[in-house]
Amino acid sequence: MAFGAPLSSTDTMPIVSPGFTGRRQSPDVQLPPGQYLAEDFPVLTAGPTPRVTTDRWQFTINTEAGQRYDWSWQQLIELPAEKITTDIHCVTKWSKLGTRWKGVSLDVLLEDVETAADFALVQSYGGYTTNLPLEDLIDGQAWIAYRYDGDELTPEHGGPARLLVPHLYFWKSAKWVRGIQLLLEDEPGFWESAGYHDYGDPWREQRYQGD
Amino acid sequence: MSDDHVDGNALAGDLREIFAVDLTVATGQCSGCGYRGSVATLRVYQNAPGIVARCPHCEEVVLRLVRGRDRAWLDLRGTVSLEIPLPSP
Repeated sequence: MAFGAPLSSTDTMPIVSPGFTGRRQSPDVQLPPGQYLAEDFPVLTAGPTPRVTTDRWQFTINTEAGQRYDWSWQQLIELPAEKITTDIHCVTKWSKLGTRWKGVSLDVLLEDVETAADFALVQSYGGYTTNLPLEDLIDGQAWIAYRYDGDELTPEHGGPARLLVPHLYFWKSAKWVRGIQLLLEDEPGFWESAGYHDYGDPWREQRYQGD
Repeated sequence: MSDDHVDGNALAGDLREIFAVDLTVATGQCSGCGYRGSVATLRVYQNAPGIVARCPHCEEVVLRLVRGRDRAWLDLRGTVSLEIPLPSP
């Protein structure tokens, strides 16, 4: 398991308890380089917040061969879900520890998808995109999350559903996710084509191109 | 070097002149819908990893500006052109 990787509900308790209310940053808290601990949950957005109702919501995986796989909201929430407790790291330098989510693993959604792709371009309602290697979406590393901290995911935080891929900077965890285009070649997304790092590993501080 | 073009260093004077002016009074054209208006009329989203300016008419992205430690990236693919007022000679 990668350093800083999320703990699923089947794992042991995290070393750092999110309920600890003592000193702001105990010596046990290890953050990626250049990050500070946020107590709140900042809302970042590159545009107007899409308001997508669940009756209109649809999630689509398109393969490089043109095959299409769709899920309605009802189909999504009927799939086996996981509870995830994980630290998240935003490229604007805040980190938040022990965030609690519920969602469907991409392993479940990709299970029957036939593909030879190495790359994925994640697409959101509102036009946002972000790219990552397909291997970073599998093996228990990524989810379509639809609950946060015990409640429905609000539109401000990407509801009704967002991608959650916490081992990379949080701009990769696309809000208002609507689909994934599988690709044979890497295609940079919204921020990756405007100076941000193609991969975005917070532990290697891959913020900008060339980092 | 062939004689039909020169390298980018020849742009230095013109670009310095253009980017030294207040670009918010420039008139931009959105590549999404063709809307023309001053840069000052754009809708700017700043609570983000970079600055995103959107067309007030169609909400498409017309400008993105990302600032790194020692660099900036200016993405204008959503802009057809910028018309920049300059002082008369």
